[in-house]
Amino acid sequence: MKPKNKNLVFMECSEAIAEAVRLCEPGVIATYPITPQTGIIEHLADIVATSKLNAEVINVESEHSAISACIGAQATGIRTFTASSSQGLALMHEMLFIASGLRLPIVMAIANRTLSAPINIWNDHSDTMAQRDSGWLQFYCETVQEAFDTTIMAFKIAESNKILLPAMVCVDGFTLSHVSEQLQILEQKQVDSFLPRYKAEFLLNPEKPITMGALASPQYFTEFKKQQQEAMLSSINVIKEVNKQFLSKFKRSYGDGLIEEYKTNDAEKVFIALGSVCGTIREAIDEMRKKGKKVGLVKIKTFRPFPEKELLKATKKAKKIAVIDRAVSLGNLGPVFVEVKALLKNCKNDISNFIAGLGGKDITKRDITESEKFIGEKNLWI
Amino acid sequence: MKENEKERFMPGHGACAGCGAAIAMRAIGRAAGKNSILTIATGCMEVVSTAYPLTAWKLPIIHSAFENAAATASGIAAALKHQKKKTNVIAIAGDGGVFDIGLQALSGALERGHKFLFICYDNEAYANTGVQRSGATPLGAVTTTTPAGKHDSIEFKKNMPFIVASHAGTYVATANIAFIDDFENKIKKALQSGKPSYIQVFTPCTIGWHINNNDTIRLSKLAYQTNIYPLFEIENGIIKLMENTSKIPIENYLNMQGRFKNLGKKEISEIQKDVDKNYELLKSLNGKKIFLN
Repeated sequence: MKPKNKNLVFMECSEAIAEAVRLCEPGVIATYPITPQTGIIEHLADIVATSKLNAEVINVESEHSAISACIGAQATGIRTFTASSSQGLALMHEMLFIASGLRLPIVMAIANRTLSAPINIWNDHSDTMAQRDSGWLQFYCETVQEAFDTTIMAFKIAESNKILLPAMVCVDGFTLSHVSEQLQILEQKQVDSFLPRYKAEFLLNPEKPITMGALASPQYFTEFKKQQQEAMLSSINVIKEVNKQFLSKFKRSYGDGLIEEYKTNDAEKVFIALGSVCGTIREAIDEMRKKGKKVGLVKIKTFRPFPEKELLKATKKAKKIAVIDRAVSLGNLGPVFVEVKALLKNCKNDISNFIAGLGGKDITKRDITESEKFIGEKNLWI
Repeated sequence: MKENEKERFMPGHGACAGCGAAIAMRAIGRAAGKNSILTIATGCMEVVSTAYPLTAWKLPIIHSAFENAAATASGIAAALKHQKKKTNVIAIAGDGGVFDIGLQALSGALERGHKFLFICYDNEAYANTGVQRSGATPLGAVTTTTPAGKHDSIEFKKNMPFIVASHAGTYVATANIAFIDDFENKIKKALQSGKPSYIQVFTPCTIGWHINNNDTIRLSKLAYQTNIYPLFEIENGIIKLMENTSKIPIENYLNMQGRFKNLGKKEISEIQKDVDKNYELLKSLNGKKIFLN
């Protein structure tokens, strides 16, 4: 019999994210409820109330104030965390650009939920895809373990002095946020050995006064944005490096940190997808492969920065590609599809878009196997 | 200490000649002291004082957006509490960023009891965008969105200090740049109180109100003497009125300003009645506990 692994637990995703946050020891947490995110902040409130974490919890009066409070606290030199979903994230919209423009490495968990109307509390990626251009790093997770690990990695990546950008850790609302799975949890000393203490170089300090959030004239504005873009692009290597460090310390990693490939080596047809649906796709691929179909999956873990080179390489051999989007840019097609198609413009593969799982509609294994014949042939709404 | 060493809002900012709000900023800088962190809402004072790569501030300051100065201040206050640091936190916003778009965030931050002082520089309009009507614009004032004609502002000015005082445990005061020592003393008092505090300071806008650049202080003084902008404090729920015995008619105040030039005798006498009623009410409340906090 194997010795009992005391750090192997069965835990719901919301709690796992809260536990990961506890281990990262933020000093200020802003909390505001919204389904399906609420579980995360409830667990954190409990963690702080029972003195398992020394942090200030601010029960703000809106998501706009949640992110604003994080901005104020992070600018004062403190690690911060908040969480949101859907309308809440939409309400934060203007502040997301300001958080990234001020180069504040705030980490926020998102339990992905669609946007009204019609009002609907269930999962798709409309909320975070709509924040694609806000200058936040975006990581999408497939499992509870990945959500736990990514939360810890997100702090390290965001706070890297080469980057200093905020990060979203996205988990599919209900489909992942409310799912319990086996989780290999980490101990405080393990996380301490991985994530250095947060030390802001530029902060609000009466001893050394600086002005943050200044007015930039046309003469300077482009330079600010170019610097942000350079930070975003240089984060590609930092993400890979942090993923490697995580692997060497904790024996787990997620592809190269940007994308993950499943049975793509000899695949003629490839699905590209994000988030929890990748688990269903893996199973569907196994089933189709038994029938001799050469199908594979490229999972985009990091959507911002967009992993161009990695995606090009991973799709090089595929004849036909389907991008599964859990969101739609009305008047065009799925947001991920549009970007992948632009990336592959000089490649020979045929590429189609499956808009699927909107507003919590299940994407079943059968949906995947039945759509296989349309890969690279036809756009579908599933 | 030399007099100019107390200054923390420095020359070189881009405010208009005669700007009342800039005078208030100087007073804030002096009264706040070195150990302070400021956050400022989008608006005139933010724009004129922080044009990159320059700054008028010798205090740490952050501007993030328009409606969220109070929320940003709560984050700063929480971070300082976490670090066990005793540093003043001051949020600054114009009346638009308080009476209108910033009201929710302010109410939330007050109710949560953060240790911070919120200062509203009240120039009675959205001055930064070219003088549009706000919830602080007084009855009868012409703005670019309440031009003369049938669209004259007909709404009363929102009673913001009383709204703030309805939040338990707050210190509230009105102030006026014509009485700069009083304003600075109220800032110091608010910061020492350790309570969530609100000071609303009367700051004329020369361009928006159509007044002469050298009339700012004269007009401010008249605002007090005519009772259109009474000065009071609300502490522990008790209101303390700084009584005014000058009894100068409101006409003297209104006539100095282009924004009221369309008012006829009838409207002016109605405004006089409102001012009198409001002042009599405040007098009758003076010294009484009017809020349970």
